[in-house]
Amino acid sequence: MREKLIYTLGILGTLVMVYNLHTIFLDLPDEAMQGAVYRILFIHVPAVINAFTFLAVALCTSVAFLATKKFIYDSISVACIEVATAFMLVNLVTGSIWGRNQWGIWWTWDLRLTSMLICFLLYLGYLLMRPAITEPTQRATMSAFISIFAFADVPLVIMAIRLPNVRTQHPGPVLETGNLAPAFVPPFLLGMLALFLIGSALVLVRLHQETSRREIDSIRRELHAV
Amino acid sequence: MDPTAIITNLKFLFYGYSAAFIVLLGFVILLVRRSRRIDQELTRLKSLVENK
Repeated sequence: MREKLIYTLGILGTLVMVYNLHTIFLDLPDEAMQGAVYRILFIHVPAVINAFTFLAVALCTSVAFLATKKFIYDSISVACIEVATAFMLVNLVTGSIWGRNQWGIWWTWDLRLTSMLICFLLYLGYLLMRPAITEPTQRATMSAFISIFAFADVPLVIMAIRLPNVRTQHPGPVLETGNLAPAFVPPFLLGMLALFLIGSALVLVRLHQETSRREIDSIRRELHAV
Repeated sequence: MDPTAIITNLKFLFYGYSAAFIVLLGFVILLVRRSRRIDQELTRLKSLVENK
């Protein structure tokens, strides 16, 4: 059942992505100012929106773990954070490549870019910290605290281009301001759906790994006890 | 837009999507390899318990 769901989500996500790439590359016209390179937007923005969605889930499950001490919540947190970190890396790398073409530089230390980099590094730290703590309850508790603390950076990333008195080189929000041409909206939304389906499949794979790991730990303890 | 700028634009578009898919594919490969390792370890431990 679980495997079927993973394959269904993965295949569906891939199909939506292939269809969407066809539309992006063959049907959409070039943008007047940027030319062809604006198409990076269709993977750059959906990657970060999905990353933040998974991070919000991880925040809820981290709080749930601290409240209930049930390890399933810790497993969901780590699964979501690992996938979100990969998506944040996609966002940072594609943004940097777009910036090199449009601004002439790979990177600039403005609020949006810096807060995004810090967000990525915080969650990377979470993933690197976990194997260092061997005791499961201590590891899960520490992870939950770091996950909650790290999420504080997410609103800052979102608000960085919306605050009135902050000058940033990053373009402003496109969806809610209506700055995105109507023809660009469907591929943008399909890009988000494709990455969400693929991301969900990856979260389920990672969740299964965590469950198997806990089983391995309990068998090992059993064997040591004998 | 002049032809040089169009080619540069396409080049960076190619770099952008290539980088995105390399990161995603790399992550998928990492997950698959880890899954295989965990499954092998679980099978080994289960057979160890059965033999005891």
